[in-house]
Amino acid sequence: MSILLDRNTPVVVQGITGRIAAFHTQEMIDYGTNVVGGVVPGKGGTTVHGRPVFDTMKEAVAATGCTASLVMVPPPFAADSIMECADAGLDLCVSITDGIPAQDMMRVKRYMMRYKGSSKMRLLGPNCAGMITPGQALMGIMPGHIYEPGRVGIVGRSGTLGYEAASQMKELGIGVSSSVGIGGDPINGSSFKDVLALFEADEDTDAVVMIGEIGGPQEAEAAEYIRDHMTKPVIAYVAGLSAPKGKRMGHAGAIISAFGESAPEKVEILQSVGATIAPNPSVIGTTVQSTLKAA
Amino acid sequence: MDIHEYQAKDILSGFGVPVPRGGLGYSPEQVAYRAREIGGDTWVVKGQIHSGGRGKAGGVKVCKDEHEIFDAANDMFGKKLVTNQTGPEGKIVYRVLVEEGVDIAREIYLGLVLDRSTERVMVVASAAGGMEIEEISAEQPDSLIRQVIEPAVGLTAFQAREIAFALGLDPAQIQQMVNVLNGCYKAFTELDATMVEINPLVVTGDSRIIALDAKMSFDDNAMFRRQDIAELRDKSQEDSRETQAADRGLSYVGLEGNIGCIVNGAGLAMATMDMIKLAGGEPANFLDIGGGASPERVAKAFRLVRSDANVEAILVNIFAGINRCDWVAEGVVKALEENPVDIPVIVRLSGTKVEEGRKILSQSGLPIIRAATLEEAADRAVNAWQRDLTHAAKIVAE
Repeated sequence: MSILLDRNTPVVVQGITGRIAAFHTQEMIDYGTNVVGGVVPGKGGTTVHGRPVFDTMKEAVAATGCTASLVMVPPPFAADSIMECADAGLDLCVSITDGIPAQDMMRVKRYMMRYKGSSKMRLLGPNCAGMITPGQALMGIMPGHIYEPGRVGIVGRSGTLGYEAASQMKELGIGVSSSVGIGGDPINGSSFKDVLALFEADEDTDAVVMIGEIGGPQEAEAAEYIRDHMTKPVIAYVAGLSAPKGKRMGHAGAIISAFGESAPEKVEILQSVGATIAPNPSVIGTTVQSTLKAA
Repeated sequence: MDIHEYQAKDILSGFGVPVPRGGLGYSPEQVAYRAREIGGDTWVVKGQIHSGGRGKAGGVKVCKDEHEIFDAANDMFGKKLVTNQTGPEGKIVYRVLVEEGVDIAREIYLGLVLDRSTERVMVVASAAGGMEIEEISAEQPDSLIRQVIEPAVGLTAFQAREIAFALGLDPAQIQQMVNVLNGCYKAFTELDATMVEINPLVVTGDSRIIALDAKMSFDDNAMFRRQDIAELRDKSQEDSRETQAADRGLSYVGLEGNIGCIVNGAGLAMATMDMIKLAGGEPANFLDIGGGASPERVAKAFRLVRSDANVEAILVNIFAGINRCDWVAEGVVKALEENPVDIPVIVRLSGTKVEEGRKILSQSGLPIIRAATLEEAADRAVNAWQRDLTHAAKIVAE
């Protein structure tokens, strides 16, 4: 098993009729993902790549039994789409959309609190590359071929930096159990801590690579979790050692505004709880290798 | 997106927050005229730049008559103010605000921010006004009052009262403070702000509460539905390269180094900067070309990086997922053919369509230094840059 997503997970794509969404839906199907349909208001009754399109998420759930959705709708409507998933009782929602207003996400997070326990949906993103369980399924926009199936989990804010890590690991013959993007927005769904907990509980994951960056409190939160609960080795890299304070580095959330939010401070906090630090992004693969050997 | 003090005061005033009477001028004459309209015997002349800490930089002056006002404004227009927030390059004053003088009995700090830990709007207040929030939290952390606001309900009356009482205000001032808090919260949520700061919020000698300064920042992602706010953007206060980049769909931040960077993805762009530093160089910029970049967009990125006179080498680092290496290579070749460069160009391509991309680069016959990995790319960029400098130094010496 892997976390969150496998070859059987029935997936729908919200916004499937868009040019980019349709392209990536095809890529997902080619990779082996069980795409069962799409949701686009007003396009119900049509098909894309042979998959039925529905007007509402509840119709899609009733007709296909889907449990996961990929949100690829434009920013003004994306928050609403995420809430629609939560209300339809999905287990997993992955939001690729970049540019959702922060206060919309604030309301989404508040809305999601309505659903407790097992009816609570897990959200990845927004503004992430998605997730992949190599050799089984992918939900997102990553190039599937750079991931080798295996037993190391990856969780990161940045998409391309996740690719960098996965391909360095593949070069060394190290495979990935699942790779999860949590996105670059200031208010996002699952945090590092949430995903670390999933990997900790996953029998098929032996170690986790965590790729952080400047800005926000989530790396420090993850450090507490690592200290108190994590038995598996964690290898961490934090991007932005050379980033100036107060300047936004591309991601809406990548801005150093408070104590503990700069890369050196995050590295120090993670190191102090026993995470193995990859000092620079070109040695993520070799750091994983040496950590696995030592374990 | 940041706006000016006078714009923030206009907005907040519309939400019921009292502000001093004031007027804006684009010339010393206009400023003096505005002062005459306001009347009174004391005025404050304030240079408008997108930064706090203006007082220490000579951007705020108290004046007693029209001549003083004219001279103060005259002195400020076109002046570069360097504060602890602007960086050494400073920001130039093109607009000057003049306001009535206010009789200050006490100063309060008030801020509303989007707090990332609670994922809610948080109100922060302190009786130690006038100091920067960083100083307050370092020197008087116990004076900080915090209230987190439940988004489904909004700021409640009891929360607002708790803040007002905790600040030690007189009973006559409590309701005024509650009104100020309500106004700020409304402005924050209705206009998609990310920050509202009033520092200082003052209590006057006759017991009125007034926002003496005001600062607001807004969520760039929400500008599509806040046209009125988007129009307040003042490009003269932004790094012109960043503005140009944003207009072309590129995310750019100018830095002080010599090695220009063109990268896809914000995380990889930061990592590339880190690698350059590690290899002994300094990055000249952060630049994310985004997903699905066309050859044209790549060529534009190239021109943008080259327009920085400090750039002495260019590193292109692409790990294509949603992007295509062949398009990136086409863009690089196009840019170099249109504008040949005499500085080293290093290109690393990986991911989608990498073979096609590499082929385009080698067939172009251009003197591009190629690299296979991130480490190799950074090392080669820094080496080539240093070699180039030594070479240039030799020519100068000879």
